[in-house]
Amino acid sequence: MKKQWKWSHAYLAAILALTYVPILLTVVYSFNESKITSVWGGLSLKWYRELFSDRDLREALVNSLVLALCSCGAATVIGTMGALGMEKVKLRANGWIEYISTLPMMIPEIILGMVFMATFSLMGLPFGMTTLIIAHTTFCVPYIFMMVKARLAGMDKSIEEAARDLGAGPFRLFWDITLPMILPAVLSGMLLAFAMSFDDVVISLFVTGPKVNTLPIKIYTKLKTGVTPEINALAALLLVVIIAALLLSNFISAQGRRRQKRAAEAQQAEAAA
Amino acid sequence: MENYILKLENVSKTFENTNVLKGISMEVARGEFITFLGPSGCGKTTTLRIIAGLLTPDSGRVILDGEDVTALPPEKRNVNTVFQSYALFPHMTVAANVGYGLKVKKVAKNEIAQRVEEMLSLVQLSNYANRRPDELSGGQQQRVAIARALINRPRVLLLDEPLGALDLQLRRQMQLELSRLQKKLGITFIYITHDQEEAINMSDRIVVMKDGRFQQIGTPDQVYNQPRTAFVAQFVGNANIIDAVVRKSGEQATAMVGGAELPICATQLPPGSRISLACRTENILLGCPGGASAVVREKSFAGGLLRIELAMENGVSVVATRHGINFDAEPGQALTFDWDKENVVIVEKEEQR
Repeated sequence: MKKQWKWSHAYLAAILALTYVPILLTVVYSFNESKITSVWGGLSLKWYRELFSDRDLREALVNSLVLALCSCGAATVIGTMGALGMEKVKLRANGWIEYISTLPMMIPEIILGMVFMATFSLMGLPFGMTTLIIAHTTFCVPYIFMMVKARLAGMDKSIEEAARDLGAGPFRLFWDITLPMILPAVLSGMLLAFAMSFDDVVISLFVTGPKVNTLPIKIYTKLKTGVTPEINALAALLLVVIIAALLLSNFISAQGRRRQKRAAEAQQAEAAA
Repeated sequence: MENYILKLENVSKTFENTNVLKGISMEVARGEFITFLGPSGCGKTTTLRIIAGLLTPDSGRVILDGEDVTALPPEKRNVNTVFQSYALFPHMTVAANVGYGLKVKKVAKNEIAQRVEEMLSLVQLSNYANRRPDELSGGQQQRVAIARALINRPRVLLLDEPLGALDLQLRRQMQLELSRLQKKLGITFIYITHDQEEAINMSDRIVVMKDGRFQQIGTPDQVYNQPRTAFVAQFVGNANIIDAVVRKSGEQATAMVGGAELPICATQLPPGSRISLACRTENILLGCPGGASAVVREKSFAGGLLRIELAMENGVSVVATRHGINFDAEPGQALTFDWDKENVVIVEKEEQR
């Protein structure tokens, strides 16, 4: 019995180590004074300074942010409208439409990239930010569509009916009731789409022009010459941002749990009365 | 001004080849508490949704306060609904939920605040104004839903099984509160339920529905004591439905029931007519000299009542109920029974399908 207990702990430690040791090492080495990754040369913020003074990298970061925000924003509008429309209009082909709309998530990125490149050159579009945004929007739409659709499916239809019953026309109904209710799904879809766009290399490589570099492409090209401590510093910064976002979303769901606790208390008080 | 606040004229509705409503017509008086009673699938919720405007009838008209509203969307009708699931807006506070109807109608902010406060004190939720719906118990959510509908001073308030999700004790309490509220405000209530006790306790009139048709419209007393059809007699309270043949007609009418001649209510039907009689189980008198003879088939105790099933000739079976468990009759024993002719009603039996 005792032995089993020990084994399970060792197993857990091994899995956690496998996941987190490389990440920790990256963070630790971002503070390494030495230029050679495998040699520890003392603590330093040198690479962070270098990172912030690297104009190429900064430009790539701005490109990536602009790209992620634009494509994610466009995809949010398209995906949400699609999910809402499919909920309102019941067609016999709905199942097929849903399947086709989410298919791009299953298609290998390399093939999507090729297809986009072929299409854009056929259309004669100049490769650059525009083609990047179109391509990223296309593969972001399914994430938002799926999230919003799932949320709508779980929603009590009589809530919208109640709003109409109380005098809300279609426009007010959307802004006052539907949108706030699907907002959590829209936001998590957006977050996912943002992450997908922000770290995409494969499709971007196919559709970007000679002058536009995104951050992942930049990192990828830099890594060809070996891992530099500068990239470690960049990775560490991105990790901090991600952890902050996670903590925020945890905090929001904790508030929801507090409310449910109060409801349970009210229920008990009522039963006792 | 007309006497009727709401009029349904030959309303029918079909969903995917099913006739959910088969041409119903009725009038609802101002300030009336009217209940649609029927089993699930009888079309009562469809009727309510047509009145609310959430469904459009295939044919027929809905007239609200003299105005034909058949084609108007729900937001243009001065009718409000309390939904079965309450349908509170989860992202708004209780006060915002209750005030929503007024906000949409662009009522001044301070008037909204004042009326919300009045409404919340009316339903005894003044201390909960800033809570969210998911912080409330079922009964409290229910009261918010009622307040949210009533604040708009609707011509007609529609209630779709509003107490269905509450436990029995709370349901009784809410029944009383709702009746009191309705009398106080004088608003016409159209209430849907499948619970006959609720219908009898609260309503001025009951509409008994089955398969998309009205079986009977009447006061609780009429529906209980003078059921028009076999279905009403059995759905509202428990009644025996017994096949019989008229023997004598007129004031002193009698009928042949399972080989015995028993008195029935006055009828002009000629002798020899086949009829169905309804008699409530509690009105079957047992062990009467000169009554019809039968044999005890079964005895069982449930819900505070002793149920005695009697078998007669020709396979006729009659059920009697008594309070308590002390009744001296064992299965197989012969027993006579009788009834007062005032307690026996001739009912329509549905055509067999």
